Amino acid sequence: MRRLVNAPSRRRLLGAAAGAGLLLHLRAAQAVSAVATLAEVERQWAAGKPVTEGRVTLEIAPLVENGNTVPIRVRCDSPMSATDRVLEIVVFNERNPQRDVVRFGFGPACARAQADARIRLATSQQLVALARMADGSQWSHHVDVIVTLAACIES
Amino acid sequence: MADETRVRTLIHGTDALQRGVPAEIRITLGHPMENGLRHDGYGNVVPRNLATRFECRLDGVLVVAADLYPAIAANPFLAFWLRADAPGTLSFEWWGDNGFHHRETRAVSPA
Repeated sequence: MRRLVNAPSRRRLLGAAAGAGLLLHLRAAQAVSAVATLAEVERQWAAGKPVTEGRVTLEIAPLVENGNTVPIRVRCDSPMSATDRVLEIVVFNERNPQRDVVRFGFGPACARAQADARIRLATSQQLVALARMADGSQWSHHVDVIVTLAACIES
Repeated sequence: MADETRVRTLIHGTDALQRGVPAEIRITLGHPMENGLRHDGYGNVVPRNLATRFECRLDGVLVVAADLYPAIAANPFLAFWLRADAPGTLSFEWWGDNGFHHRETRAVSPA
């Protein structure tokens, strides 16, 4: 039987299929690594400067019954004067689809470095509040929470 | 896009301010905060629709700014502390996806 000139051989087809499988595998790995870990986003936020545990406080119930709306409060002991003040407090999470939760910036008319919000939690995980002071020091507070009813479960 | 006139907000704590005394301001914005990850009953992805930025200013001076992410619950509630030393105007401003923008003002006259 004569073979068609441009017909792909069985060997080449098999090779191409294996290659495609490998490509898919690589792309899946990339998609997973696209979401940074908690430690990575903390490092990125710190921008090479040291972060010390303390001074900032993240208040959240240790046992969360409904992950769709979870009250949190971040605060920092600071006189909030012109020179000694908190510039920003950021909250990151460990296991939501995205690491960012909220970022508060405190302006000159702010009386206390304290803010409340209501957040979503997809599952039991660790949260971190990070504070940056006007003097350049950086502080963190890690909290572990247990979530009994997760957000986003209905989809 | 949300109709500007139908945006609902609740703003508490601006009435009983005292001069130079820190006071808590509590605000809620009526907004679905769709994160673009959920599916409706037919399996279609509900398109992302988030409020992404909030700013409160007292006569143009920043009190607090917040970047909001998908992890913020629907109808975003925020609370923060303000010190007003003189009468002025508080402005509350939100920005979001699909050109969402809403602004509210409150006159404050600390006693």
